Amino acid sequence: MTQTTVTAATGSSRFPSRYVWAVLKVVGTVLLTFLGLLLITFLIGRVVPVDPVLSAVGDRASHDTYEQARRELGLHLPLWEQFLNYVLQVLKGELGKSVLTANTVVDDIKRVFPATLELATTATFLGVAFGVPMGVVAAVNQGRWPDQVVRLLGLFGYSMPVFWLGLMGLLLFYGILDVAAAPGRVDFANLDVVETITGLIVVDAAIQGEWEVFFDALHHLVLPASVLGYFSLAYISRMTRSFMLEQLRQEYVTTARVKGLSETRVIWRHALGNVMVPLITVIALSYANLLEGSVLTETVFAWPGLGLYLTNSLLAADMNAVLGATLVVGTIFIGINLLSDLLYRLVDPRAK
Amino acid sequence: MTRISAALAAVLLASTAVPALAATPRDALVIAATIDDITSLDPAEIFEFSGGDVANNVYDTLLSIDPKALDKGYVPGIAESWSVSADGLTYTFKIRQNLKFHSGNPITADDVVFSLARAVKLNKTPAFILNQFGLTKDTVDQKVRKTGTHEVVMTIDKAFAPSMVLNCMTATLTSVVDMKVAMANQKDGDFGYEYLKTRSAASGQYRLVNWKASDGYTLERVDGNWQGDATLKRVIVRHVPETASQRLLLTKGDVDIARDLSPDDVDAVKKDPNLKVEDDLKGRITYFSANQKHPILSKPGVVEAMKYLVDYDGLRATILRGRAVVHQAFEPRTFLGAIDDAPYRLDVEKAKDLLTKAGYPNGFNIQMDVRSGYPTTEMAQSIQSTFARAGIKMEIIPGDGRQTLTKYRARTHDLYIGAWGPDYPDPHTNADTFARNPTNNADDAKGTGYLTWRNAWAIPQMTVQTDAAVMEKDNGKRAQMYGDIQREHQRTSPFVIIYQQLVQTGMRKNVQGFHSGGPVSSAYYWTVKK
Repeated sequence: MTQTTVTAATGSSRFPSRYVWAVLKVVGTVLLTFLGLLLITFLIGRVVPVDPVLSAVGDRASHDTYEQARRELGLHLPLWEQFLNYVLQVLKGELGKSVLTANTVVDDIKRVFPATLELATTATFLGVAFGVPMGVVAAVNQGRWPDQVVRLLGLFGYSMPVFWLGLMGLLLFYGILDVAAAPGRVDFANLDVVETITGLIVVDAAIQGEWEVFFDALHHLVLPASVLGYFSLAYISRMTRSFMLEQLRQEYVTTARVKGLSETRVIWRHALGNVMVPLITVIALSYANLLEGSVLTETVFAWPGLGLYLTNSLLAADMNAVLGATLVVGTIFIGINLLSDLLYRLVDPRAK
Repeated sequence: MTRISAALAAVLLASTAVPALAATPRDALVIAATIDDITSLDPAEIFEFSGGDVANNVYDTLLSIDPKALDKGYVPGIAESWSVSADGLTYTFKIRQNLKFHSGNPITADDVVFSLARAVKLNKTPAFILNQFGLTKDTVDQKVRKTGTHEVVMTIDKAFAPSMVLNCMTATLTSVVDMKVAMANQKDGDFGYEYLKTRSAASGQYRLVNWKASDGYTLERVDGNWQGDATLKRVIVRHVPETASQRLLLTKGDVDIARDLSPDDVDAVKKDPNLKVEDDLKGRITYFSANQKHPILSKPGVVEAMKYLVDYDGLRATILRGRAVVHQAFEPRTFLGAIDDAPYRLDVEKAKDLLTKAGYPNGFNIQMDVRSGYPTTEMAQSIQSTFARAGIKMEIIPGDGRQTLTKYRARTHDLYIGAWGPDYPDPHTNADTFARNPTNNADDAKGTGYLTWRNAWAIPQMTVQTDAAVMEKDNGKRAQMYGDIQREHQRTSPFVIIYQQLVQTGMRKNVQGFHSGGPVSSAYYWTVKK
């Protein structure tokens, strides 16, 4: 960093200097955002009327044991010192130990985040793959039955509690029809068969050529991902529909039609092309939301993901775990924002 | 886009074509349970139910409890016999010959001494079980000694009832740890604590293969245990937080046992010809208590009136639906000295009389801290409605478990509804907290371990009686003393004890020999056949 700055300051042309400044500004903003995020989460953790030592030692510990645990957790120090220690630790790349799981928070996140990533990515994929075409079809057929069907499906997705939908899905597809797999990430027989490389069981199984585990993991993924995907589908199809309706009223669409372009080309190329920028924002936000983890879906499907981890930690005032998980969520939001900025440049001809 | 959808649909279809396993492997026991209470698997630290289940099958304790005769209390464990000196202060344990740890290391007196000393020195929550005998960080090395390759002598500071001392020697923290393995993995003088939090160095019927927090654990059979070998090769326990999901897994045959079924699930499981439900009494007791710092709650007659304002039978039948037995004394049934006297029943007129005598003919306003969730919330609502019949307007303050507990421990509650489970299979465990307050009862006395202190109930006389009961050598007399204390407690204490827990475990018909451990122990997997 220092070296870059020196080069920038002594650089001969103005371009690298401006470039470096821009990067520094982004880095600075990101760092400040993180610091703010940590500070607020830290303070919330201290304001909550829960005694974090209780989570560590339980209700029965003697006063002596309780005090020993309080010192080990560093809770006897003044607040500012606790926070400073934490930030210094984070700068060293450590997130401390979780009281609830007995592991380092880094190890915990390495374990729970891939589970959520796998679920959220598949769900978003499903949501986009079905939601966008559905939104377009609805917009093109505004007021006719395809539109009504899409709107009804959207309304249903919006208003049904995910918990209920998950349980009903399990009952129907697993319990009665026997086409979906049981709750959990793989069958019991396939537990610990593949070595953890990325933590995404589907990917790890494919890398190691364990095709039985691969299909089993995929089989387990379908139902929870469909339930979550249905929610993102509901949102994405509604937004696509309204963006498309706006575009279809534009003069360039009429012009294209008058020019004799095929309807397919007008709709899927010209109109859809123009809604891509706002649509990317919608998809990115919905993806980021899913990456935070969905507590209820994870509960119903016994899916050990980030949402369940964060909630359990929060309820137990396991602050290292809460702060670590919050950092991850913060990174996701910042990362996805940056990514969607980059994507704008790719799809928006003006940005080129 | 359409092409992608088609490809995706094809992949999904292909994956659903894989048939689901119809049954669990023949040589494995698969259990669905809520096990996110496990925070450590070091026997010196394990104190929650699910961790106790692991230790009970992985470690051998100094003394043991026979799963087929839970009422019998302590039986030989790693120690095959013992003797107590005439003054009641010295215990000599003879360790079994020719026992081996999973590592192949022989079990000797050194391992036993190491394990007890380690439990005291690590000073984790269960350490108090040994602390009460005067075994502290500073004294344990002198008080627990090896006197032969297979003989250990323990000296205690007071002549406690031998039954009390020996009952405590069945607790998880007396698990015998493989000293060589623990010390080979020692870091910063921690006796291998960091290592053993997630691993085992033990001699039980099973070896811990792995534990992933809030996900599950796997055990693997190790043959050659002195109690006999396990029948099933593997035990797989998965954390399934949702009870309806547990029931589905059981119905479909993807698990053999589901341990946390709701009453609705139990009803459905009972109707399924392939499944069965087994009831088992546990030691947990549910009560509500009244803070004696409160000006109204400390008036004579007020708490007594409340004892007549609980619909004991109604709660058991409607809200708990068979998952409880009405129980109004602080010792769980099957414990030495337990009584089944139930002097209270719902009697609004009697309660009104008592309230009038106490100066509150029209009742009063009060708050109850309630941990959200079944069945506590529903119970509080029932109590709220029966209280209202005598004019007591009770406000329910909902909170997360740890939140209400934090308030309770700080003595800032009015009424608190909660549960208490015994820490070791001896009557002193509950008497110590329900009927003993050795502090001066001041806020800064920090007697958080005593429920009496938490409710600001000063009882010098009853404390003396409880202290005498724990020293009584004659078991018959000892039982009598606890009976007397409980009857007095029922009349005068600020505790309204309502029921004792009954667990209902759902299992496949072919599962035989599963014991959840009753009030005195944890689950036994090694006895299961299928």
